[in-house]
Amino acid sequence: MIFDPTPSQTVGPYFSIGLPWPEGPHAVPPSTPGVITIAGTVYDGAGEPIPDHLLEFWQPDGDGRFADRFCHGGPSELPGFRGFARCGTELGDGTYELLTVKPGSTPGPSGSLQAPHIAVTVMARGMLDRCVTRIYFADEERANALDPVLARVPPERRATLLARLSAASAYRFDIRIQGPPTHETVFFAI
Amino acid sequence: MSVETRPLSTPVSDTPSAYVREPDGIHPPLDYPPYKSTALRHPKQALVYLPHTITEITGPAVQATLEVTPADADLTAQHDGQPIGERIIVFGRVFDTEGKPLRDTLVEVWQANAAGRYRHQSDIWPAPLDPNFSGAGRCVTDDQGRYRFTTIKPGPYPWGNHYNAWRPAHIHFSLLGRAFAQRLVTQMYFPGDPFFAYDPIFNSVDDPRARERMIARFRIHETVPNWAQAYEFDLYLRGPAAAVFEEAG
Repeated sequence: MIFDPTPSQTVGPYFSIGLPWPEGPHAVPPSTPGVITIAGTVYDGAGEPIPDHLLEFWQPDGDGRFADRFCHGGPSELPGFRGFARCGTELGDGTYELLTVKPGSTPGPSGSLQAPHIAVTVMARGMLDRCVTRIYFADEERANALDPVLARVPPERRATLLARLSAASAYRFDIRIQGPPTHETVFFAI
Repeated sequence: MSVETRPLSTPVSDTPSAYVREPDGIHPPLDYPPYKSTALRHPKQALVYLPHTITEITGPAVQATLEVTPADADLTAQHDGQPIGERIIVFGRVFDTEGKPLRDTLVEVWQANAAGRYRHQSDIWPAPLDPNFSGAGRCVTDDQGRYRFTTIKPGPYPWGNHYNAWRPAHIHFSLLGRAFAQRLVTQMYFPGDPFFAYDPIFNSVDDPRARERMIARFRIHETVPNWAQAYEFDLYLRGPAAAVFEEAG
C-alpha cells in the first residue's frame, strides 16, 4: 500500500434518499427461467428486526459466470443478468427479498471448487463498517462439503450460512448481526 | 458445464487476483460504545478469514444496468428552482492504494440540505425542508478516476446519541469500486468543522491522519467566479495484493 485507504463510516440513517435503485432487489429480470427468491429478516443482538439495513448481493449466473465488467471467468450469457442487487428501504419491518437465480459453482483457491454461493454486504445505521457474509444453499450438501470457504468455518456455525427452501423456488435466509456462536451469522474478514 | 475444465479467466491486465488486506485501525471498529447504536449491531464472534476468490475480485458493470446521466451529478438542478444554501462543487478522484486511478466506477452521494434536514420521513427535527433540494446524486468516474458534483453545502444537525449531540456537516459517499472487495461507504467532511471534537462517528476512526483523509480541501482555483465554491475530496480504495496467489486451505 503506497496510499492509505479512505476510512469507512456508517451508511445511515437516511441512506434511502440516495441509494435505492430501480429494480434494486432484482439480480435478474423477473421473467428469467429458474428465478428464485431469497427472503429473510436482519436482526440485532436483542433479536429485534433492523429496518434501516442495506444489503447488497453479488453472484454469478447458473453457469458460474459473472456479469462483471472484465468478463472475468467468461461473460454471462443470461439475458439481462445483473448479478448485483441492493435491498434497503429503511421503512418496513427489517425484512428483505432478493429476486435472482441460483448461482453456479465457481473455481476456488488451488484448484478447489466453490459451492454455489452469493456474496453479501451488510450495512446499517449503527454499523461503522460493512460486514461481509455469504449465502450458501442447504440443498447443495455435496458441493458444500467440498467448499474451501465453508471448510474454514467452525462446523457448528456453518448452518448460519445456509439458505433453506421455504416454498417452491423460495429460500429463507435470516441475518443475525449479533448472538451466541451458533446463532450469530458468520461474517468474514475480507 | 463443468467449471473445472474451463479456464479461470482470460487474464486482464488491470484485474488483480486478490486485494490487499487492510491493517487494523484503518476502518472504525464495529463495536464502538461512544456511538450507542453499535451496541447491538456488531458481531461478537471472530470473523472468519476469507481468501479472495473470483467472487470477491469481480464487481458489477454498473453502467450496463443503471442509467447514470450527467444531470444526476447536479443536485442543484433537480427541481424548478434553485436550492437555498452555499452552492459548491465537490470534485476529486478515486484511486486505489497503489495510486492508480479507478475509472468507470460508480460514485453515489446523499446529504442533508443547507439547514441540516434530510428529505426523509424519519428526519423530523424542526429545520425547514427545501422544496428545491432532494439531496441525492450519482456519477461515474472518467478515465482519470475523476468525479464532480454540483450541490449545496449541507448543514450540521442534531441527533439522539447523547445530550446535545450534533453531526458535523457531511456528504455521504458510496463507491462500488471495481470489485466486491473494494466496496466503500464513507462520509466527506468540511475543513475546520467545530463539531469534529464532539462527534463519535468521525472520531470512531482512531488515527488522526486517517480522519484527515475524510476531510475535503477548499480549492480557490476550482471555484467558479460569481457562481460556486469548490471542495476537493479524493478517495482511496484498497488496491491489489502484492502476492499473485493466495494460500489455499
